[in-house]
Amino acid sequence: MKISETWLRKWVNPAVDTATMASQLTMAGLEVESIEPAAGDFSGVVVGEILAITPHPKADKLQICEINVGEEFAFDVVCGADNIKANMKVPVALVGAVLAEQLHIQASDIRGVESRGMLCSSAELGLTEEADCILELPEDAQVGDDIHHYLELNDSIIDMDLTPNRGDCLSIAGIARDVGALNDTPVKSIEITPIEPLSKKSLRVDLDAPEGCPRYLGRVMENIDATAITPLWLREALRRAGVRSLSPVVDVTNYVMLELGQPMHAFDLDTLQGSVKVRYAKEGEALTLLDEQSIKMSASDLVIADEERAIALAGIMGGEASAVTQRTKSIFLESAFFHAPLIATRARHHRINTESSHRFERGVDYQLQNRAMERATELLLSIVGGKPGPITVALQDEHLPKRPTLKLRWERMNALLGVVVPHDKVKRIMIQLGMPITDIAEGIEVQVPSFRFDIQREEDLIEEAARVFGYENIPALPLPLKQSAQTPGESRLPVKELRQHLKALGYNEAITYSFVDPKIQALLDPDVAMIPLANPISANLAVMRSHLWPGLLEALAHNQRRQASRVRFYEIGPRYNLLKQEVMQEKVVSGFIYGQQVPEQWGSDKENVDFFSLKGDMESLFRLTNLSKNYTFNAAEHPALQPGQTAKVSCDGEVIGIMGGLHPNILEKLGLHGPVYLFELQLEPLTVRAIPHYSASSKFPSIRRDIAILLDESISARSIVDRIEEKSDSLVRDVQIFDVYQGKGVEIGKKSLALTLTIQHPSRNLIESEINQLVDDIVRDLNQMFQATLR
Amino acid sequence: MSKTPSLDKIIQEALQAIKACSDLRLLDQLRVDYLGKKGILTQSLKSLGQLPPEERPKMGQAVNDAKQQVQRAIEGRVEFLQSQAVQEQLAQERIDVTLPGRNQSVGTEHPVTRTVERMLAIFHSMGFEVAEGPDIETEYYNFEALNIPQHHPARAMHDTFYLKDLAGVLRTHTSPVQIRHMEDHELPIRVIAPGRVYRCDSDVTHTPMFHQLEGLLVDKDVSFAHLKGMLNEFLNQFFERDVQTRFRPSYFPFTEPSAEVDIQCVNCQGQGCRICSSTGWLEVLGCGMVHPNVFQHVNVDSQVYSGFAFGMGIDRFAMLRYGVDDLRLFFENDQRFLSQF
Repeated sequence: MKISETWLRKWVNPAVDTATMASQLTMAGLEVESIEPAAGDFSGVVVGEILAITPHPKADKLQICEINVGEEFAFDVVCGADNIKANMKVPVALVGAVLAEQLHIQASDIRGVESRGMLCSSAELGLTEEADCILELPEDAQVGDDIHHYLELNDSIIDMDLTPNRGDCLSIAGIARDVGALNDTPVKSIEITPIEPLSKKSLRVDLDAPEGCPRYLGRVMENIDATAITPLWLREALRRAGVRSLSPVVDVTNYVMLELGQPMHAFDLDTLQGSVKVRYAKEGEALTLLDEQSIKMSASDLVIADEERAIALAGIMGGEASAVTQRTKSIFLESAFFHAPLIATRARHHRINTESSHRFERGVDYQLQNRAMERATELLLSIVGGKPGPITVALQDEHLPKRPTLKLRWERMNALLGVVVPHDKVKRIMIQLGMPITDIAEGIEVQVPSFRFDIQREEDLIEEAARVFGYENIPALPLPLKQSAQTPGESRLPVKELRQHLKALGYNEAITYSFVDPKIQALLDPDVAMIPLANPISANLAVMRSHLWPGLLEALAHNQRRQASRVRFYEIGPRYNLLKQEVMQEKVVSGFIYGQQVPEQWGSDKENVDFFSLKGDMESLFRLTNLSKNYTFNAAEHPALQPGQTAKVSCDGEVIGIMGGLHPNILEKLGLHGPVYLFELQLEPLTVRAIPHYSASSKFPSIRRDIAILLDESISARSIVDRIEEKSDSLVRDVQIFDVYQGKGVEIGKKSLALTLTIQHPSRNLIESEINQLVDDIVRDLNQMFQATLR
Repeated sequence: MSKTPSLDKIIQEALQAIKACSDLRLLDQLRVDYLGKKGILTQSLKSLGQLPPEERPKMGQAVNDAKQQVQRAIEGRVEFLQSQAVQEQLAQERIDVTLPGRNQSVGTEHPVTRTVERMLAIFHSMGFEVAEGPDIETEYYNFEALNIPQHHPARAMHDTFYLKDLAGVLRTHTSPVQIRHMEDHELPIRVIAPGRVYRCDSDVTHTPMFHQLEGLLVDKDVSFAHLKGMLNEFLNQFFERDVQTRFRPSYFPFTEPSAEVDIQCVNCQGQGCRICSSTGWLEVLGCGMVHPNVFQHVNVDSQVYSGFAFGMGIDRFAMLRYGVDDLRLFFENDQRFLSQF
C-alpha cells in the first residue's frame, strides 16, 4: 500500500521527519518497504499563464506563446504541443531551470524566434512515465508560484507491506490512527456533512443474501457531467497511491476508498432495469467484467443484480455493461459492506484481485458506508455536478459482524510480555487506536471497534499494547533452566555418523527436490504408482519421487555436462509411495558412484568403479552398526538396474534396499556416461547399533590353511563361506576369499574359488592331525553340498 | 731362519687384497683364506712347532699380531662396504617429497545440513529435542490447527502445492510439527523440527522447495521476554559474535503477539549493502507467543500454560553464514559448489 506523506500529514502531523515516521511504522508492524520522492528532481518551474498564442512564422507545427509568470514583462516560449490555448495555466520551465535527466533550459533561437523557456508536460516533471501534451493547471493556480509548492511535490511516497490482519490500515484514515497512537498526537478527521437530496429519484435495494451483504447503501445522481476532467489535485492523490486516473466518477470512488477505506462502485443508471438486488448468482450465470473478462458464476457467487441480470460481482469487480462512460448521464452509487470470507473465497476462485476485493477480504469497517457515501457525493458534486437523490439504506442488522468487549487484565499482560507496561500508557494506546475503554478491577474492558476484525481476544489487545509500547522496550530474559535434552542412547547410530562416514568415503552430500520429472521416474520405476501434484511448478517437477535416483541422476547429468569425470553423491531424504491409496513417506539414504575408483593421480591405475567398489562402501557403512553379520546381499532384479549386477540388501532377512549398476539402456536414454552404480537403503535399520560386548581373544596360535575348490559358477561365494562357518564348530575363526578364477584351465561353467581358513581353538593348541582332519571334513562337506572338488 | 720377512709379505698381500675387495662375499673368502682353520696365518701358527723353542714365543707373538691386523682390516673393510651399500640404497630410494600423496577423495556435507547441525547443537544446549513430521501434510495440520481457516487471506499467501486426486498438501512450513508434537507429548515441551517445506514459487530468490527450522517451547510462566532472550542467544551463538537484533511486530495466525526478527546485516555491519537492500537489516526469522486457538486445538489450557514458537529459513542462514548469493545453488548440486563445504 502506497501513501503520500503529505496526505497523511493532513490527518496527523507529528513532529518527526519522514525517516523517523517510516521507522516508527515499521517498528509498529506496518512495514515500510520503500520511500520514494513524489516527483522528479527538477527546479526552476513555475505556474505560468498563456496570454496569447501566435503561429510560428516559419514552422507549421510550432506556436509562439506569450507567457506571464507574474513578473513585469511577459516573454515568448515556442511550443509544439497542440493542447495549448490562450488563458491556460501551465508549468513553465524558466531560463536556468534544470529538468529531470539534466536538461538545462536556456534562451534559444528556434527558427528565428527567441524562446525563453519551456512549457512542461507531466512527464517532464516526473509525475508520469509518459505524456503527450502540456500539463494543464487549474484556473485558480497562482501565477508565478513555484510548481513544487503549488502541487505539493515535496512529498514522499511511503510504500508499506501490510500483513493481512491489518485491513484497517488500507486507508489514510487507518494509518493516521496508528501514527497518532505512536506519537501520542491527535488525529484530525475530515468534516463530512450530509448532502441534502436535490431529487427524489432512488432505486429500491433488496438484500437477498444478508449473510454475505447485510448493509447496502445506494444513491442516484442524475444529470452529471461525465465528460468533466478530474482535478489535478485528485489525480495527483491517486497517482501517489499508485492508482490510475480513469474518469471523474471512478476517480472519486477510488479517492474515497484510499482516504477512508471503503471500496465503492458506480453504475450507469440508464443501463439498469428496475430495482437492485444483492443475491447469489444462478448456476452458470454469466457476467462480463470491467476488465472485459467473461466469467461463469455459481450459486456461491454474490452478485449485484438488476431485475434482469447480474451487474457486478459483489465486492470484487463491476460489470462492463453497466460501467460509467463519458456518455453517462446519471449514476447509481454503491457503498456496501460484504463479509470477508465470502469475498476471499470467490475472488480466489475467479483468480481476481482488485483494490476492492483486497480490502473486503481483510475486513472493511461495517459502520463506514454512510460516511463514505456522503464524502463521495460531496466530491462528485464539486466535479461532475448533478442532482443527488436520497440515500437508500438496505440493512439487516442481525447479520452485521459483532465486535466483542474484551477484558485486558494487567496481570495477564505482564506475564505474557515479561514486562510491566504502565497502565496509563496502555489505556491511552487503546483510546488512540479507537477502542473505548472502561476500568475494571483487574484491568480494563475494551470495546473492539467496527474496523478491527483482527482483535478477538485478550492476547490481541496485549499485542496492540506491546507493539505501540514498542517491542524494543521489552527486555530480553534468559530462559529458565531446564535439565538438558535427552541424548539418544548408544544403541542408536546417529545419522550424523553415517554422513561423516560417507564423507570420508569421498561422497558429496546432495539435496534434490522431492518432486521429480514423471518421465524419468517412469523410466526408473515403471511399476510404481505415481503421486502427482495438482499444481506443479513445472512439468519436470510434477510427481513426488518414489526414490531418490531421478534427482540424483539429474545431478549427475548436470555435472557430466560440466566435464566432471568422477562423481559420488549421496542424499538422505524422504521418498513417497502409495500403499492402498495412502501416501507413505520414508527416509532413505541413496547415492551413486561414477568414474574412477580413486581420483586421478600419479602412480595409480585408472580403474573405473565397479559393483564391488559400491558394495565395499555399503559394507563399511554396515560395520558402523556393529551388526554387519545381519546384513546380506542377494542377487536380485530391478527395472533400472543391470541384470546380473543387482543385489537386494537385507537386514535380518528383511529387504531394506537395493544396489547395482544402472542399466545400459537407461544410461543411454538419460544421456549419461557410465558405468554408474546406485544404491538406496532405508535409513531406519541403519540407525540401529549394537553396543559392543567384549569377548576374550584366544591366547593360542592361529593356523592358516589355503584351499582352492572347483565348483559350478552358479553357486554363490556367500553360500560356501556360510557353510564352512556353520560346519566348523567355530574352530574356523575367519574365511577369506583371496581369488576367484574362471578361464584357462577351468572347465566352462565352473569357477575356482581360493579360500584362506584361519583356524584357532579358544582354549588350547591344535595339533597338526586335528587341523588336517578339520580341513578334510570341510572339503568333504563342500563336495557333498555343492559338488565342489579340490583343485 | 728367514720366516719373519715372509710373514711381513703375507701381511702386505693380505692387506692389499682386503683393500681391493669390494664384495662382502669375496671379503669373507679372504677371511677364510687367511684366518680360517686352514688359512695361511693359522697354518703359520701351526708350523711354530718346527721352530727352535727359543724362537717360538717371539714368532708366535708376531703371527698373532698379524692375525689381528688382518682381522681388523677385514672388519674395517666390511664396515666400509656395508655403509657404502646403505648409502647406495638410500640414494636409490630418494624421492620427490613434493609429489602429492596417494589418496581417496574426501567428500563433503551439504551446506544446508551443516547449518542444520550447528542449529541443532545450539538448541540442544538449551534443552531442545528434535522432532519430525511428514512433508505431505493434511490441510488440518498445515492450516486449520494453526488457526488459518479455509478463507483466511494468509492461506492464499502460502502458494500451496496440492496433491492430485489425493487429499494432502506439501507442507508450506514446519509449523505443523508443533501441533503433532503437542498432541502426543507431555508438557512442558522444548522441541525443534527442521525439515523440507514447499511453496509454489520459483524465481531468483525463491525455490519451490526450501528448509525451515521450527521451534516450540511450552511451559508455565513463559513470556515474550524469554523469547527475545533465547533468540538473541541463539543468533549470537550461530554467528559467533554479538549480533544486533530488532524485533518487529508482525502477523502469523498461530502466534499472538507475533514478531519478525531482523539482524544487523552480517555483510556490511548495518552500513547498508546489496545483501540487505541498503536497509542495514536482514529479516531472519518469525516468532511469537503461541496463539490460544492453537492451544485449544491440542487441549492445552492457555490460562495455565504459555509458550512461544519460532521458525527460520535454514537456507537463508546458510547463505549468510557461507556467503552464498544465490539460493538456487543449494539445489543445483554442482560438484564444484558442493565440494567447497
